[in-house]
Amino acid sequence: MIAIPSRHKSLTLLAAVVVAQVLLLAVQIKRAGQVRLIRVWAVELISPVQRASSWVVYNFEHGWGNYVSLRNTRQDNQALRSELDRLKVRNAELEGRAHEADRLAGILSFRQAHRDVPMVAARVIGGSPDSGSLVVNIDRGSHDGIRRDMGVITPDGVVGKILAAYPDISQVLLLGDKESGVGALLADTRTQGVVRGSGKPDLTMDYVSNEVKVSAGEAVLTSGQDRIFPKDLPVATVAETAADRKGSFMKIRLTPAAHLDRLEEVLVLLTRQDLDVK
Amino acid sequence: MDNTEVYIGPEPHIEVHKYYGGVVPAVVVLALVLQAFFPVRWSGYLELPLLVTLYFALSKRNPSSGLVLGMVVGLLQDSLSRTPLGLYGIAKTLVGYVGSSIGARLDVEHPLARFILTIGFYLFHHAVFTLTSHLLLAHQNETYVTAPILIASVVNAFIAIGLFPLLDRFRRPS
Repeated sequence: MIAIPSRHKSLTLLAAVVVAQVLLLAVQIKRAGQVRLIRVWAVELISPVQRASSWVVYNFEHGWGNYVSLRNTRQDNQALRSELDRLKVRNAELEGRAHEADRLAGILSFRQAHRDVPMVAARVIGGSPDSGSLVVNIDRGSHDGIRRDMGVITPDGVVGKILAAYPDISQVLLLGDKESGVGALLADTRTQGVVRGSGKPDLTMDYVSNEVKVSAGEAVLTSGQDRIFPKDLPVATVAETAADRKGSFMKIRLTPAAHLDRLEEVLVLLTRQDLDVK
Repeated sequence: MDNTEVYIGPEPHIEVHKYYGGVVPAVVVLALVLQAFFPVRWSGYLELPLLVTLYFALSKRNPSSGLVLGMVVGLLQDSLSRTPLGLYGIAKTLVGYVGSSIGARLDVEHPLARFILTIGFYLFHHAVFTLTSHLLLAHQNETYVTAPILIASVVNAFIAIGLFPLLDRFRRPS
């Protein structure tokens, strides 16, 4: 029988005994500050592990927190963007309503100022598909008492006249249309003439003699001669004048009083009763 | 056909020399007592507990029992001196283990072998003691090898070659 001696047991015992006595010494020995050596060893043994675990936990917490926060930030950002878009739309809507309210307030005020004059408010709902004519549709018709050739105005001034009246809608021929015209007079000289549309934003005033003194900025009012509009309603202001060398009438260019390109609400005069223009 | 059985197991308990009951403890105690009562100016050159530990380690030739004996002797020596418990204990533990390991491999009965081994183990014991003092006690003034240390190692070697045969008489005949 060949015995194979094992040295592991005695070495293990040796290591255990030596370690035990080292610990025994550590318990007895005090270092600077009266701290036992075994306490110093315990602290020095544990502190790297504590630092490492603290580092891991710190980075995990912050990494996780940053990830979660970032994820939440993205979500919050998307939600805020959506909310912002929604609020922009809402703001635009509210601004539109505010402007509408201002316009309606102006119309209401005008109506209240002319309470005795029958008129009906209407909303512009569309334009004519014919690009050559300046015609708009309003949401009031014959059921509301509207008839052809009734005058259409805004608180700012003359807009045009009813071209056709259907049961629920009507067509309005704007003042700027080439076929349109209104009897007018110069506010200062009371010189009468005819305001015509040209298909362009500006209007012209015809049949005013070259001798008449016309100045830029002078108001042009309705004369009442056309039997459509009452007298003294604002039509336009003089933008430019030029004497016609070949004829006896001057060329007068006018700027419409009403914003013919931004009509939204109008008033239809149901009568030719004079308005007490203020 | 060679029928050889291979034994794989714990380390065989090889105790070549056995002693009468109580001899080992009695000798240990006596060594400690004599060491304590020895005149101070000569006690630096005498290390009876070390010699006793070395003798029994070389004789028993069992590393486990050798290191345990060294531990006991060292702790007892610490307890009787001003050194912290474990200082001599560690040194003598290692002496017991190494001495037992060497005793199992070499002929340690010859006086010359015992003389040389005693010098070697004295220096080894002092080195371990100094190293432990440096590391644990932070006593940097301890030196590993000096002339007094070398002289003490020789002195103890001479004592060993007289003491060890005396202790041989307490062996139980096999």
